[in-house]
Amino acid sequence: MSTHYTATAKALHWLMAALIFGLLALGFYMHDLPLSPEKLQLYSWHKWAGVSAFLLVLFRLAWRAGHPPPALPASMPAMLRVAAHAGHIALYGLMLAIPLSGWLMSSAKGFQTVWFGVLPIPDLIGKDKATGDLLQQVHMLLNLILVLTLAGHIGAALKHHFIDRDDILTRMLPQRHPEN
Amino acid sequence: MKHRLLGLALATALAIPFSSHAVEYTTVQKDKSRIDFTYKQMGVTVDGKFRRFSSTLSFDPAKPTAAKASFDVELASVDTGAPEGDQEVIGKPWFNAAAFPTARFVSGAVKPLGGNRYEVAGELSIKGKIQPVVVPATFTAQGSSGVFEGSFTLRRADFSIGEGSWAKFDIVANDVVVKFRITANSK
Repeated sequence: MSTHYTATAKALHWLMAALIFGLLALGFYMHDLPLSPEKLQLYSWHKWAGVSAFLLVLFRLAWRAGHPPPALPASMPAMLRVAAHAGHIALYGLMLAIPLSGWLMSSAKGFQTVWFGVLPIPDLIGKDKATGDLLQQVHMLLNLILVLTLAGHIGAALKHHFIDRDDILTRMLPQRHPEN
Repeated sequence: MKHRLLGLALATALAIPFSSHAVEYTTVQKDKSRIDFTYKQMGVTVDGKFRRFSSTLSFDPAKPTAAKASFDVELASVDTGAPEGDQEVIGKPWFNAAAFPTARFVSGAVKPLGGNRYEVAGELSIKGKIQPVVVPATFTAQGSSGVFEGSFTLRRADFSIGEGSWAKFDIVANDVVVKFRITANSK
């Protein structure tokens, strides 16, 4: 059994990481800006990137279903294994729920999402101010949870690498000399 | 059905000799009238409306060319679809509502297009600028009231709506579609 993720899984992981950090930074930056053409442009870009991230996570889940990730090291205690699985389930759940909440929020606020300004994404719910404000809170809260979960994810990867000295972090890195 | 046909025949027969006494729609019902607009923001269609406006109207279906209409729209009552948008567009770069509180439409010639369709020429003044506009409209009688509906496209740049950093059309498009539905009672 391979001890590394597939090249596709690695590419998806790092592409998603870049998208998530970009989206988080943009999201936290843009919402406090005074209204300006730049703000509207940033909102559109954020929404386009969010739709892209949502499609990417669907593709990632499909890929993962066909290419199971390598097993955790045998040295890992049972409790930490459970924690690792729970953390990954939380990350995937958030990667699905956050763009969904953003999409619904856009619809409730009356600003349909049009992917790259070309492809309209249908509004699943009608325009309603109270619903829009609620979904904004939900979107914000989910992102705060994401930030905490990511801190745990990155912290755990670094702990595996520098303290446990196992291959958990390196097996997600590009391989210079593929074993197989 | 028979009654209806009879009624129609009777109405037609009566309408010819008594056309000078035909109904005239003059009393605008505010609660059944609205002015909406849509605009595009980076390819996204956004709906807005004006909450307050006053209008005067006189329309006699038998003498459509004598019809007159005027609208005064309170620009500060704008609903752009987003609260921060509402604050923004009453400001100087957009409506400058402090200096130009109302948008005004005054009808000129009315041209019947056949059926219930009309073409209303008029002048639209917003933000100190006056532009001629041609507004296609329909009229539908509903009991003792009549409903006027129509829409036209204005170019915001013609009225300097959205100046400075907003002047380009890549974020907020130039075209704004204004839609109206006015219900008026006959006297």
